[in-house]
Amino acid sequence: MDIKELKEVCRQVRIDIVNEVTDAKSGHPGGSLSAVEMMVALFYTQMRVDPKDPKNPDRDRFVLSKGHAAPCYYAVLAEKGFFPKEELKHLRQLHAILQGHPDCKKIPGVDAATGSLGQGISIATGMALGAKASGKDIKVYTIVGDGEMQEGLVWEASMAAAHYKLDNFTVLVDNNGLQIDGANDDVMSLGDIPAKFRAFGFHVIELSDGNDLEAVIDALNAPTEPGKPKCIVAHTVKGKGVSYMEGNFNWHGKAPNEEQRQQALKELEA
Amino acid sequence: MSEKKATRAAYGEAILELAAENDKIVVLDADLSHATMTLKFSETYPDRFFNCGIAECNMIDIAAGMSTMGFIPFASTFAIFGTGRAYEMVRNSVAYPHFNVKLAMTHAGITVGEDGGSHQSIEDMALMRVIPGMTVICPCDANETKKAVRAAAEIDGPVYLRLARAASHVFEEDMPFEVGKANVLRDGTDGVIFAIGLMVKPALDAAAALAEEGKNIAVVNVHTLKPLDEETVLAYANKCGKVMTIEEHSIIGGLGDAVASTLVGNGCFGFRKVGINDVFGQSGTANDVLDEYGLSDAKILAQVKDFFG
Repeated sequence: MDIKELKEVCRQVRIDIVNEVTDAKSGHPGGSLSAVEMMVALFYTQMRVDPKDPKNPDRDRFVLSKGHAAPCYYAVLAEKGFFPKEELKHLRQLHAILQGHPDCKKIPGVDAATGSLGQGISIATGMALGAKASGKDIKVYTIVGDGEMQEGLVWEASMAAAHYKLDNFTVLVDNNGLQIDGANDDVMSLGDIPAKFRAFGFHVIELSDGNDLEAVIDALNAPTEPGKPKCIVAHTVKGKGVSYMEGNFNWHGKAPNEEQRQQALKELEA
Repeated sequence: MSEKKATRAAYGEAILELAAENDKIVVLDADLSHATMTLKFSETYPDRFFNCGIAECNMIDIAAGMSTMGFIPFASTFAIFGTGRAYEMVRNSVAYPHFNVKLAMTHAGITVGEDGGSHQSIEDMALMRVIPGMTVICPCDANETKKAVRAAAEIDGPVYLRLARAASHVFEEDMPFEVGKANVLRDGTDGVIFAIGLMVKPALDAAAALAEEGKNIAVVNVHTLKPLDEETVLAYANKCGKVMTIEEHSIIGGLGDAVASTLVGNGCFGFRKVGINDVFGQSGTANDVLDEYGLSDAKILAQVKDFFG
């Protein structure tokens, strides 16, 4: 796909997210919309995965550490053909495969169970270590939230990723600056995120606009420093693409009503 | 009488033997390999041993990740950290997706001794038992540990292996081991003791002492706490009428409660739970601590005489 087509995928994923969360009457639109370009870039330009063979042992792995951005993940998986798009209408409903947070037992294409913050990056570290131990050329990617990095486990995992020289491992930080109680800096300051990862031994790339698809792809394509895990700290906009959600932490975990859905769709379909 | 041996020591040997046969076996530790006895494995198979440092939560999640790559990870640390500190990682990252991770935790119970109450896990079986899909095994001696480790590797899913620090009695008899099938070690009709782990030996000794007084007390080794062998529990409770449980664990949430739940509504039984009575432990030699909390050979004999005599 060329960049124009990929941007069209991003637009469609945003429409899916708004519809999913509105239909479910609950969920997390803000942090789903901020992560769209990262997830589309991963699944459409980087990862060797086959929707028809989702359990292929040699596939690349992705772990959504910020598991509450599930609506984005599910939209991308559905667009890729891992399961019918019809499933998106049943997010969070009883007996649906699409659980409130990613569940690898139920959802084709999902490699871990996440949602409890901090655990996804640690599981992904184990996957990257497992790939190395088995001598296979498997790449492992994870997206963490910035608020999530208040969990100590993120740093335990980062220490291990550097210690074990996991240069097959890429951590993407969805740095939208907001979390459910407000701004990161009001809740618990994260300080200099790129410097922290650099100090832990990562090869760090900072993106001033993590919603710029081409920039995200370039960062993912940038050569890896041998023996170092890679970290892309992407400054993003929470709620990106829906004007009334952009930069507003109140849309972290709230569903739009019908009227708000129509307004969002009007903006996204314009 | 055979030499005493700790179940953790048997675990260290078992993973070495298993690793030689199965190249999917990997071992993780959290800076306690000298104590959990994974040290020999780390020296023999350096490429299959992963020290996670003093970061138990991360160790559990790394094990979860490695299991998805086709490995069978055995993660070891002290029971207090592996089941306590890392509880939610075990629950959400390992058990919820039913990943193939073995939690082989040592220094469980109060026979940790000198390190004291902060390190004596008395609630680990309760914590692991309540998780859906978790198999919970606590072997009674070194030989049973070796069989349990092998059986755990064959299960496709999470298993908690509860192991002890203290050197303990090794049974000379070759006992069968099947996960979820309790072993009747001594038959009887006047009462039954369901025991687990290091409490199996004093239970047998107490039953033998009572036999001299004309009381025939059955002793059942419940090595698998979950899934509990309800059939054997009910059969022996119905046959014997009086039921005692003995465990080196809190009387809340462990073997006693598991047996009680099975019996409720299925008959009328005399019932006594013997274990740690909802208090924390303290420092002392293993034997002194056992005695302080009513689990020494002498105190168990007194309980058995009092209840069945």
